[in-house]
Amino acid sequence: MLKIDNLSVRYGHVEALRDISLEVKEHEIVTLIGSNGAGKTTTLMAISSLAAKDGGRIEFAGTDITNLSPEKVVHLGLAHVPEGRRIFPSLTVYENLLMGTLGNKKLTKAQITELVDTQFALFPRLSERCSQVGGSLSGGEQQMLAVARGLMMNPQMVMLDEPSLGLAPIIVEEIFELILKIRAMGKTVLLIEQNASMALSIADRGYVIANGRVLLSGTGDDLLNNEDVKKAYLGV
Amino acid sequence: MKNLKELSTKYRGYLLLVLLALLVAAPLLGFKNSTIRIFCRILMCCTLAGSLNIINGYSGQMSLGHAGFFCVGAYTAAILSTRFGVSFWLVLPLAGIFAAIVGMIVAIPTLRMKGIYLSIITLGASEVIRIIALNWQSLTGGSFGIKDIPRPAFFAFTFDSPLKFYYIFLALAIVFLFVSGRVIHSRIGRSWISIRENELAAKSLGIRTSSAKLVNFMYSAFWAGICGAVYAPYVQYIDSAVFSLDEGFNILSMVIIGGQGTLVGPVIGAVVVNGLTEVLRPIGEWRFVMYGVLIIAMMWVRPQGLAGASDSVLAGGRGWKMKKGKISSLMGGSK
Repeated sequence: MLKIDNLSVRYGHVEALRDISLEVKEHEIVTLIGSNGAGKTTTLMAISSLAAKDGGRIEFAGTDITNLSPEKVVHLGLAHVPEGRRIFPSLTVYENLLMGTLGNKKLTKAQITELVDTQFALFPRLSERCSQVGGSLSGGEQQMLAVARGLMMNPQMVMLDEPSLGLAPIIVEEIFELILKIRAMGKTVLLIEQNASMALSIADRGYVIANGRVLLSGTGDDLLNNEDVKKAYLGV
Repeated sequence: MKNLKELSTKYRGYLLLVLLALLVAAPLLGFKNSTIRIFCRILMCCTLAGSLNIINGYSGQMSLGHAGFFCVGAYTAAILSTRFGVSFWLVLPLAGIFAAIVGMIVAIPTLRMKGIYLSIITLGASEVIRIIALNWQSLTGGSFGIKDIPRPAFFAFTFDSPLKFYYIFLALAIVFLFVSGRVIHSRIGRSWISIRENELAAKSLGIRTSSAKLVNFMYSAFWAGICGAVYAPYVQYIDSAVFSLDEGFNILSMVIIGGQGTLVGPVIGAVVVNGLTEVLRPIGEWRFVMYGVLIIAMMWVRPQGLAGASDSVLAGGRGWKMKKGKISSLMGGSK
């Protein structure tokens, strides 16, 4: 579904990514793990054209998206839920969700209503808070809102950037269960996480990124049991 | 408070009708011409501050250069009508369109900037426009300005008194508020709001933020230009001194004091600021000190402005709240 070949990104003189290649197949949950500054977020930003690419090629659902504008990438069905929630704080939960459909002019009113209902079924907490402003939600709820807003585009694939960031362990579990549910809805998920053990335990496959390169790749279980990964990222 | 809010939403239509009737009847109550001029100024400021609010309040960009767009509109109207004898009713849209083009030119280099940098550019642009008006003598009359701008006429009826202009300004303000109300709730309006709330998130949702910002500037400048086009024949004489940064900041203070991000905010701001100008006239130049104090006090007590927040009674709540299970109107371009 998503195929990245030799992607490089630089910020000025700093090389953020060098020759990253990875692949996400349909209905998979793939996770990128790595420490701070490894290049995980940059990878996602480059995929959705929010960061300029220095080289490489990205293909999504058979289309070359390397040089497409961010909105065109979204139109193709690739949603990006950025790091740090970034919900719209002074709009209500419902308005936040509506904003998620802005990029897609083809959606009809009926489809939008249906999408809202789908999100509320998936995130019952949000439906309780429907007319509350985004800024007044708890951290976990804001994260759910950010994910739900991303799903409002009805994408084929979602990229989640650190959904567990700054959340209580019990909420983190809830978020990870949601990710499994999203996959069960027939979507593909690319997940970035610092919480490597959680991410690997739900992921089909994973990539370990360090210093802008892919260090290791394998199935979730393989990586979980890999000695190096254990030492470096799982704190065992 | 809550009851008041409920009442105001419930009887909104009636309230607006009553308000409209009052506004139409008010100048007929035998005020002096000087008082009616104040009314005219307030109504003009409603549109002018309202259009600035489209940039500052809805898309969250801080523009300080509104006097510049106003200036472009006024000069376009003055030049077209004195030199080429173009009718006022044709000048009106032309001035708006020309101001929108200038707005676009100002906006293009600012698209990648925000915050203070954008403010500085708009500030500079406003001054550049004023200085061009001051120095391009052959076209704008330089420091002599343009005089004898013809009054608009409708067949045999000439708009030749402040009272008659009052109705033009009133109509302009109503049309502006109505159209903007629709625009704000359309796809493009919601894109502006999403940019204000969080630009990166807006981008990640597939919103073309730069074109949305461009349209935002153009739309705002369009209305400022139209204001200028009505203002020019109203005062019949314009020169560049009117469109100084002071005027720009005056308009900005109406937006800030009235409240950003609501349609009613700038209207209240226009009434309060212009009202204060008149009330405080006896203390002369000291009133500028009062403005300063007022703005500081506002920032302290109510940073969102008198009617800037969604919880404000004056703001009348949100236009597009959800009614359970049903998307309430205003879904913009999608049917």
